[in-house]
Amino acid sequence: MPVLSFAPLLHGDYLAWLLAGLRLSLLLTGLTLLTALPLAIAIALLRLSPWRPLRLLGEGYVEAVRCVPLLVHMLFWYFGVPELLPAGLKEKVYAGDIEVVSAWAALTLYTAAYMSEDIRSGVRAVPGAQLDAALALGFSFLAGMRLVILPQALRITLPPLLSQTLNLWKNTSIATVIGAAELMTQAQRVESATFRGFETFALVTVAYLSVSLVLTGLAQWAQHHVSPQRAQR
Amino acid sequence: MSELVDIYWLYFLVGQYPHGPLGGLTLTVLLATLGLVLALPLGVLLGLARFSPRPWLRVPVTGWVWVVRGTPLLMVVFWAYFFLPTVTGHKTDQFSTMLAALIVFDAAYLAEIVHAGLKALPRGQLQASMSLGLTRGQALRSILLPQALRHMLPSLINQFVATIKETSLGTIIGLSELSYIANQINAQVLVKPVEIYLTLAGCYFLMCFGLTRIAAVAERRLARSVG
Repeated sequence: MPVLSFAPLLHGDYLAWLLAGLRLSLLLTGLTLLTALPLAIAIALLRLSPWRPLRLLGEGYVEAVRCVPLLVHMLFWYFGVPELLPAGLKEKVYAGDIEVVSAWAALTLYTAAYMSEDIRSGVRAVPGAQLDAALALGFSFLAGMRLVILPQALRITLPPLLSQTLNLWKNTSIATVIGAAELMTQAQRVESATFRGFETFALVTVAYLSVSLVLTGLAQWAQHHVSPQRAQR
Repeated sequence: MSELVDIYWLYFLVGQYPHGPLGGLTLTVLLATLGLVLALPLGVLLGLARFSPRPWLRVPVTGWVWVVRGTPLLMVVFWAYFFLPTVTGHKTDQFSTMLAALIVFDAAYLAEIVHAGLKALPRGQLQASMSLGLTRGQALRSILLPQALRHMLPSLINQFVATIKETSLGTIIGLSELSYIANQINAQVLVKPVEIYLTLAGCYFLMCFGLTRIAAVAERRLARSVG
């Protein structure tokens, strides 16, 4: 067995590739958080709506998205959706960074379905009488949600939302199937260029774990300090 | 659409079998089932170790479970791809690689489910069994674990759903499961990506949605029998 050596990976092109991959993975996570959170709140509101068709719509969305693997979402957004666009727009999409945009779209829809469930259970943890009181005071359903319920619900939801963010971080790796140049793609590229599979995978695993460690730590901190449950007991 | 189904339905269901390796939907179901069934004993052992009072057992296992859960499955697949040949001494096929990765990955998640199931039981049960003269091992085996496993059933079904979805990553290492077959069909047909991938999504949806309904029923029954 050849001697382990990390040195060839830690300078020049290979390190640059790995760092570029790490940056894109982090960027995908950040961008997806920005788009998935509002979408998740909207879906959670649909599912809590007093009007039944809206509830069914929200429920249908969550079930349909969660019961299909993320990999299939990515393939659909990469191979399928661009074909549906009108010709002019299609050229523009293909000229751009279509791998990253498809991965972003798939990750957003997928993550939002999971996050909406966490937000919904956060909303249900707030006593229902509060919404009744808000309505009785003349707030509309949406205003009552926005000003009274959601600020409390999101605090309760912070720890599960952070663990969803951890899932999101791990899920960015699946973007390699459509060729987005994130960390996993760059790892395969470095491995096939250097034949140092063990060292490459070890470095990349440590990179994934470091971010996971930060997110787990944040979730624990949120559990103890931000979530109001502790104060109530 | 109908001619697509006419030409490719068998390929979609079983891959090239019987003229080549088994693939398609059948391989997906087979892989997910084997993965979960083989991960279960390992998951129970890891979960028990997480529950152990001995730090030399609890701490490393807790660390291992955390490491696996903090790593993307794809990374575990690559490790299996890389490590299995050095352990077994000959080249490992994609099926064994994916199966090994699924077992390692699912066992860590199952360990958390088992651990949570054990922790949810009233502490008095363990103390009562031990004061009646049972050893800790006996108490776990005949009092605590059977209850914890019964409570786990809905989580287990949900884990099966997760495993079915995870098998799709086999595509990346060239295992001819359902998603890989869909990619192959798309590469041959070229002009119908939307239809092909919607069909693929529909297949996964039918399996997974059916199973989540079963899990929901199991959960309601359990709630009734306990409450």
